[in-house]
Amino acid sequence: MTEPSAAAAGSPGEKATTDDGFIVFDQISKRFGKNVVLDDLSFSVGSGERVTLIGPSGSGKTTILRMLMTLTKPDSGTIRVGEDYLYHEERNGELVKAGEQHVRKVRGRITMVFQQYNLFPNMRVLRNVTEAPVHVLGRSQDEAEERAKELLDMVGLGDKLRAYPSQLSGGQQQRVAIARALAMDPDILLLDEVTSALDPELAAEVLDVLRDIAKSSDITMLCVTHAMKFARDVSHRVLMFDQGKIIEAAPPAEIFDDPKQERTRTFLESVLDET
Amino acid sequence: MNWDWQIFWDSFPRLLDGLVIALQATVVGYLIALVLGLVFALLRRSRLVWVSAPVGLVVEFIRSTPLLVQLFFLFYVLPQFDVHLSTLMTGAIGLGVHYATYISEVYRAGIEGVPQGQWEAAKALNLPARRTWTSVILPQAIPRSAPALGNYVIAMFKDTPQLIVITLPEMLTTAQGIGSETFRYPEPITVAGILYLATALVMSWIARIFERRFGTVRAA
Repeated sequence: MTEPSAAAAGSPGEKATTDDGFIVFDQISKRFGKNVVLDDLSFSVGSGERVTLIGPSGSGKTTILRMLMTLTKPDSGTIRVGEDYLYHEERNGELVKAGEQHVRKVRGRITMVFQQYNLFPNMRVLRNVTEAPVHVLGRSQDEAEERAKELLDMVGLGDKLRAYPSQLSGGQQQRVAIARALAMDPDILLLDEVTSALDPELAAEVLDVLRDIAKSSDITMLCVTHAMKFARDVSHRVLMFDQGKIIEAAPPAEIFDDPKQERTRTFLESVLDET
Repeated sequence: MNWDWQIFWDSFPRLLDGLVIALQATVVGYLIALVLGLVFALLRRSRLVWVSAPVGLVVEFIRSTPLLVQLFFLFYVLPQFDVHLSTLMTGAIGLGVHYATYISEVYRAGIEGVPQGQWEAAKALNLPARRTWTSVILPQAIPRSAPALGNYVIAMFKDTPQLIVITLPEMLTTAQGIGSETFRYPEPITVAGILYLATALVMSWIARIFERRFGTVRAA
């Protein structure tokens, strides 16, 4: 596909998503030691929007995802998801540090797929996918298994229910991880360099599955990736990060074909040279 | 030196009774150590300093004082507080608490060996803390600990002669008894030594089987 079009950004005829401020980062800063990772960053993502975060390593993209997943706490600023703040809650009109229960409630809308898959090696594939629906969402075992089988079929692993993760290839493990994430019926799916640990061929299997999901669902996706063609195909918007700031944000066609910033241009050249 | 084979052979039945008692103390003590060790390991990881710090202090205290002193303490001091336990239970508790402190370190290493990504995946799935421990972390941590856990049963068994100080009729106590009755020490002590050796060898053989059966963690 050389000619990117509106249709390339999802299913044909899909209406453009508008930024309704579903996820809002407001003045978020984070430093590790004296290394400033995110610098007073504000941006928002609409519901159903698929956003790809690109930029050189260490530019803060993964930290954004980890903050949404509550794996890394911001030093300052607020993050809002829907009606709720992620790290704060409102009490008597004041914003105070959120309790564990509040965090769990908001976190329940979000899930993440990791670069290293992080499947539970002590559980078979099926149980990897049913564990959280049963013990977090309170689904019955039967209900959870039925749904898990559907999802595993969808990612092409319907015949691996009884396997242990160690018996699967990296690409297969990652597809199980995707099924496991979707089994939680998340509103927001975070994809953290999900193909970086995979050979090109295995990466392609995973990206195909993700393309299908993007096409067939209205799940909000935040994606950190170096797979630029994938980013172009599925995302509504691409955010270019550099040194803890967003230096350019535009639809993929614009950012890939006609970047406004010199930094974006040089970054894309260096990435495209590799692939 | 003369050697009385009669006493040698006659010592066996009584020393086997002593062995049974030593094994009882080991089994009960080991169960206490396995459970209490896990409790210590988990409490020391608590984010609440007023939980983790005192537990850490207690563990260090027990680990850094001799088992013998602890046995004396349990045996002579507890009754002063109206706590009356059988000698066997006193011995098992003494061994169990002492070894729990070592075993908690084994668990700690096993828990720390579980990759950070497992915790993160559990969080991404919003698993509650308790469920994260019981279905993700411990099932991976405990098999990692299996080899060291096996070694501690044997070490504990070899510490049972110390229970002589609380008059528990285990093997060494019995051997000494035979000695004072017959005025012959070499034979009963030799028999005791043989039985310790044989039992320890069998135990390490069993431990190896367990280790092979349960000690494998499926690599991610």
